[in-house]
Amino acid sequence: MNPFSSGTRLRDMIRAIRACKTAAEERAVVRKECAAIRAAISENDQDYRHRNLAKLMFIHMLGYPTHFGQMECLKLIASPGFPEKRIGYLGLMLLLDERQEVLMLVTNSIKQDLSHTNQYIVGLALCALGNICSAEMARDLAPEVERLLQFRDPNIRKKAALCSIRIVKKVPDLAENFINPAAALLKEKHHGVLLTGIQLCTDLCNISAEALEYFRKKCTDGLVKVLKDVANSPYAPEYDVSGITDPFLHIKLLKLLRVLGQGDADASDSMNDILAQVATKTESNKNAGNAILYECVSTIMTIEENGGLRVLAVNILGRFLSSRDNNIRYVALNMLMKAIALDSQAVQRHRATILECVKDSDASIRKRALELVYLLVNESNVKSLTKELIDYLEISDPEFKGDLTAKICSIVEKFSPEKIWYIDQMLKVLPKAGNYVKDEVWHALIVVITNASDLHGYTVRSLYRELQTAGEQETLVRVAVWCIGEYGEILVGNAGMLNQEDPITVTESDAVDVIETAIKRHSLDLATRAMCLMALLKLSSRFPSCSQRINDTIIHYKESLVLELQQRAIEFNSIIEKHQNIRSALVERMPALDEATYSGRRAGSVPAAVSTSQGAPLNLPNGVAKLTAAPLVDLLDLSSDEVSAPSSSGGDFLQDLLGVDLSPASSQPGGNHAQKSGTDVLLDLLSIGTPLAQSTSTADMLSSGHENKSSPHILDKLGSPSGPPSQDSPPVGSSSMMDLLDGFGPVSSVPENNGPTYPSLLAFESSSLRVTFNFSKQPGNLQTTYVEAQFVNKSPNAYSNFVFQAAVPKFLQLHLDPASSNTLPASGNGSITQKLRLKNSQHGKKSLVMRIRIGYKINDKDVLEEGQVSNFPRDL
Amino acid sequence: MIHFVLLISQQGKVRLAKWYSPYSQKERSKVIRELSGMILNRGPKLCKFVEWRGYKVVYRRYAGLYFCMCINHEDNELEILDIIHHFVVILDRYFGNVCELDLIFNFHKAYYILDEILIAGELQESNKKTVERLIDAQDLLVETAKEEANSISKLIAQATN
Repeated sequence: MNPFSSGTRLRDMIRAIRACKTAAEERAVVRKECAAIRAAISENDQDYRHRNLAKLMFIHMLGYPTHFGQMECLKLIASPGFPEKRIGYLGLMLLLDERQEVLMLVTNSIKQDLSHTNQYIVGLALCALGNICSAEMARDLAPEVERLLQFRDPNIRKKAALCSIRIVKKVPDLAENFINPAAALLKEKHHGVLLTGIQLCTDLCNISAEALEYFRKKCTDGLVKVLKDVANSPYAPEYDVSGITDPFLHIKLLKLLRVLGQGDADASDSMNDILAQVATKTESNKNAGNAILYECVSTIMTIEENGGLRVLAVNILGRFLSSRDNNIRYVALNMLMKAIALDSQAVQRHRATILECVKDSDASIRKRALELVYLLVNESNVKSLTKELIDYLEISDPEFKGDLTAKICSIVEKFSPEKIWYIDQMLKVLPKAGNYVKDEVWHALIVVITNASDLHGYTVRSLYRELQTAGEQETLVRVAVWCIGEYGEILVGNAGMLNQEDPITVTESDAVDVIETAIKRHSLDLATRAMCLMALLKLSSRFPSCSQRINDTIIHYKESLVLELQQRAIEFNSIIEKHQNIRSALVERMPALDEATYSGRRAGSVPAAVSTSQGAPLNLPNGVAKLTAAPLVDLLDLSSDEVSAPSSSGGDFLQDLLGVDLSPASSQPGGNHAQKSGTDVLLDLLSIGTPLAQSTSTADMLSSGHENKSSPHILDKLGSPSGPPSQDSPPVGSSSMMDLLDGFGPVSSVPENNGPTYPSLLAFESSSLRVTFNFSKQPGNLQTTYVEAQFVNKSPNAYSNFVFQAAVPKFLQLHLDPASSNTLPASGNGSITQKLRLKNSQHGKKSLVMRIRIGYKINDKDVLEEGQVSNFPRDL
Repeated sequence: MIHFVLLISQQGKVRLAKWYSPYSQKERSKVIRELSGMILNRGPKLCKFVEWRGYKVVYRRYAGLYFCMCINHEDNELEILDIIHHFVVILDRYFGNVCELDLIFNFHKAYYILDEILIAGELQESNKKTVERLIDAQDLLVETAKEEANSISKLIAQATN
């Protein structure tokens, strides 16, 4: 017997672990225990197996790896005694989950235990199955579970019902087998069976329309009666929860009734009375009662309309909302979101209370309330609500400011009645929470400002004022600096005064001052400071008197260690000093930006825009340095169209190159991919036998190598300023790299490459899939055949995780390139192509032959198709 | 559906963790870390719901222990509060004035009890007495088996002496 394993009892081990003062000590104890357990496992020690597993479970709970104990669970489950099985099943559920292959090994033991004469062992098996079974196990064991739904002991029936839920969720096809037995459970008296049976029916309804129809017809009245009985039942101590008999059963019943009543007037009608009774009679001074009321309100609002009931429901929510219990207020806000779709007037009545909840000290409640307020906003109340929210912005918690700012900006943008109001609100938000404003929001603001020509003066003056006090708010600085650069002379000249405005006196040097202050602020990020330089350049033309001073500042930045600033400074300095004649033309005021184009572009690229706005402040559009009108458009739309539609113009090509070469780290997946195809070219080179072919492909190789090498070179010349790679470059990078290599790589696969032509071949066809092969050969290299396989989906379901595999006899050499995609759209709407290269060492004697296997997933189910292709043209 | 049940001590130690949806070992420790950070810092007066990764975590504190259950967004949070209490009352009756140490040294018993209350993330039994009866019956089976084993080994020992 192992000297260690018998040494410590479970209790002693736990004590030893608890006595540890440091994490290192604990690790040492655990390591020692694990070593002893491993030793016991390898000796196949039986006496202490259950104790060792119990120890392992504890160790597992502490977060240490315990995979080596998985087989021990299976052994314990397979042993005959109840104590061993009990601990074995517990270990199985704790140490494994449905994704581990080891689990399959236990299927047989569970199957035997499901038919065991000891009902507690049956219970253990059902519990394990219900908690962790995989789809395959569900399929294998469904008949046993179905049988157990009629077992004599109700405690087994209830376990079987919950186990069935897991089974039908894993394998929805099996749902219909469970409809009848589930309906039978609804007639039982035992609360456990009823509870689980109702839940099973609810889940079946969600999975299968047939089940829903069946239960709706056959069971609605019965369920209404059960609810009536339980709602009117006298005090029952064992089911009592603070004065209510079995609230859990109430809730489950209400849930199922909701599913049955939704979209069916008759069913809804038959439950109206009991819903009204539950809504009016349930005590609401304890959590249990409120839980029932909450569920009841949800049901009333989901089933077909009944005016009286709805009023009742909204009143309950109103009562909840004014409760002092935060839990109740939270659920009220949650449910009001649902109610707003049905009766927004009723919800509007509670607007003031909801607004108070936005200012609550509880983050969960604030979040719910803010979502709700957002839904409450309409044209008539937008002004007052926005005012409240902006006022609150000042004093809100820092961690809430982000959410709040985003919602305010969204409301302001969506409902703004006029431009001046929009600009005013943004001018209030920026100084308070400028650091939380997303890029696309201030981009949009600038677009609006450029279009409101009568407000330029007002806007730039207000920004100037705010900048004095809130210079640390990043986006405020950006917008202000941009506007001062553009509209500097309006600021100084006090042009376009509005009536309500207080006049201010700003001299030219004041205007330059604020920008210089901003550029010196080290807390501001690079993009902002680069914008400052740009603004200075613009001002140097607008304010000739300050031109010299500005030039001095710019010269100062020629020595900046930040490459971007240094380069701008050098460029701007040479404009000021050497190109006086074109300067004023270069820095002319921007034309009004097209709002429609901008919002359209934004709508089209929202996800990308979101991703660039986070954590990529260095995402500098180098376009600004180019001093053309287009760059600002770039500036405003960082996720430019190239992502979706690679265009072929020279500029884009360069940008693509930039994307590739500057982002070696961030373009990993694509990059590796590209790399692989790069080596493929090389492999190509090596595997080709005849000298003639070799020379041609060497040329290819060389040219592609040259091309690749030259790209960084081009960049050097360009001296691209665009700091670290932008986030949206990986897709660009990888795709363009692929293009690049496709172009240079297996040139011979291009059909017009004047090789002999062959008819395409229907290589494989099943009811769901069609595979065609197109062939080409390089002249002079008869042994090698290039095959382009095309896969078309004939079924109405899309395939995912599509993988094509092929095998060939020894006289052939096969090389597979990566497929064009791994998802195959339904019904032939698109295809996957994949290139193969076959080298036939017995060319002329034997013809090609291939065995293929295709795997894919339909709705998360794995499908495998296999076939042999032997009808290749003879001369390949 | 309940996706997982966690029992976390005030010091952030896990006392029970039951997963009804698949989470890898790595994800599990991440979830525990994230949630204990969020929940243990909440004040006592705040509501007992935390929104997390599109789910809701409902928790309830008993002495130094936080009982947490993760549910879907549309599930009934108040019901979960009662389910947690249901579990705690049964633990309390079983151990007799349950405390954290009971749950540490008899953690497997806590799991056995939970398995009689929840399966597949759904409530199994609302009758506390039924749960106790089932647990007692199974404990008894274990005791009997132990005694039998002991008496057999005694017999063998006697016979060999």
